[in-house]
Amino acid sequence: MLNYLGFILVLGGIYALLAQSLMLSWGVTGMVNLGLAGFFALGAYASAMLTKWGGAPVPVGLLAAIVAGGVAGLVVTISTLRLRDDYLALVTLGFAETIRLVAANEVWLTGGSDGISGIPSPFPRDLGAGFNGLYLVLVSVLALLALAALNRLISSPWGRALRAIREDQTVAAVAGKPVTRIKAEAFGIAAAIAGLAGALYGHYTSYIAPDMFEPLITIYVFLAVTAGGNARPLGALVGAYGLIVFVEGTRFAAALAPGISAVQAASLREIAVGLALLLLLRFKPAGLFPERSQKAPIR
Amino acid sequence: MLQTLVNGLIAGSLLAVPAIGFSAMFSVLAYPNFAIGALASVGAYAGWLVNSQWGWPLPAAFAAAFLIAGMVAALAERVAIRPLSQAGALMMAIASLAIGLILENLLRFGFGNDLRNFDLPIARDLRIGELRIGPQQIDNVVIALVTMILLWLFLRRTWLGRSMRAVADNPDLARLKGVDPERVALIAVLIGGGLCGVGGTLIGLDTSIEPLTGPRLVLSVFAAAVLGGLGSIPGAVLGAMLIGLVEELTVLELAPTYRTASGFLVILLVLTFRPSGLLGARRA
Repeated sequence: MLNYLGFILVLGGIYALLAQSLMLSWGVTGMVNLGLAGFFALGAYASAMLTKWGGAPVPVGLLAAIVAGGVAGLVVTISTLRLRDDYLALVTLGFAETIRLVAANEVWLTGGSDGISGIPSPFPRDLGAGFNGLYLVLVSVLALLALAALNRLISSPWGRALRAIREDQTVAAVAGKPVTRIKAEAFGIAAAIAGLAGALYGHYTSYIAPDMFEPLITIYVFLAVTAGGNARPLGALVGAYGLIVFVEGTRFAAALAPGISAVQAASLREIAVGLALLLLLRFKPAGLFPERSQKAPIR
Repeated sequence: MLQTLVNGLIAGSLLAVPAIGFSAMFSVLAYPNFAIGALASVGAYAGWLVNSQWGWPLPAAFAAAFLIAGMVAALAERVAIRPLSQAGALMMAIASLAIGLILENLLRFGFGNDLRNFDLPIARDLRIGELRIGPQQIDNVVIALVTMILLWLFLRRTWLGRSMRAVADNPDLARLKGVDPERVALIAVLIGGGLCGVGGTLIGLDTSIEPLTGPRLVLSVFAAAVLGGLGSIPGAVLGAMLIGLVEELTVLELAPTYRTASGFLVILLVLTFRPSGLLGARRA
């Protein structure tokens, strides 16, 4: 039971990082990332390959995942920065699918659909509950660090520029903000955070495979961020833990439903996720922690 | 090589049907509908039920696919997506993603993940020299072409079709002329969703059906629509033909599994160098 609780909290922390990523790009800047699962996968693979086959220490792997996520974020956004925002949605959706295809097919590079097993972890696994505890501390600290950093970034002049861009790019450009550059920076940082989340996931479970990074993960994170408040780091954090409780709750609820098969139970859970997202978008789009309007600083 | 060319054109003409549906919805509703994959699956299952469970002929299956997928799309638009229009196009796009997830899983709940096949007579491939073409493939291409011609006639010759184009072009002006944009939008979704359903059935006839039949198609459909120019219907047809060819070439030269990845590459290249696509209006 304690192990299960630890697992849930670690997973919550990893989703909290993903939620911070989406909060920054979508909530604050207005750039929809429908390929979050792809950046998550990229980070997981970058770190796993480097530490398992390259023999690099785990911190180096985490760093590599951050860089890989950020660079991929820049590459994906560059083609759409000057276009309407729905083009970015199309491109990111395709990006995630392509990452999954590459991961499943380039056996020499990624292990193919068998995935990579025996990924090293930063703490010895034979500690048992101690391992869970240490990992929980690591993930939670990183999630809180991301929260603090993004809180600062968002209230900085750079953060104000992001919101200005979200509300009206033309006005922001007229006000002298380098719109394209700032958008690329925001998306790059967001994608880097998603990469870090992926690496943490791989080192925790010790096994990754292409199937784990399905588009459903992206919808999960949209649900978390919408529930918490899509432009508040605190909202994203709370939403992520809430999401894990909700998803695990549906698991128990589905097990209780009589006379349905495992496939049917799984599909009911996914329907619940989709419905929850629709209902939130319709009836509580600002989430639990709505964005506060910031007053301009007095000089 | 000739075989690849023919395969590409066949694949392209099947792809054109949902690509037109996606582009038509985009041009009238002004948001990308990410539920098209699931809608294609819905249509495929409707066609399959009518054909292999009730034993009706294929034309009835296509009519059922069009109607059911179209009505499901219109219902989703009315109940779940349109109410978000104040929040902007992106919110509507995200809602359509959720709709897609729900539809896909409703199918999975009802039919499971098993592969389903249409009730087709087994027939020998036609051989023309070195070329091999299945008779069903020829039928499929004919059906795709007929669908496109019907749509073209609808858009050119009927009052409703003309008002649809008017709303796509300039909603305010259309409103001044007495066109009700709400109603036109609903009809656009009905037709767009219906075309996705027909597209799903065509793919189902070519291969087999499962809940992911449609979603697997989505990247190719996007690529076709973007390459042709988002919102342009002739563009969607041209884009689909080219994507069909590119994908067959990828299968030949690279690996079958990268079929859809080539679509992604096309999207990136087009958006970087010519975002309006081949036949799109010059406003991105």
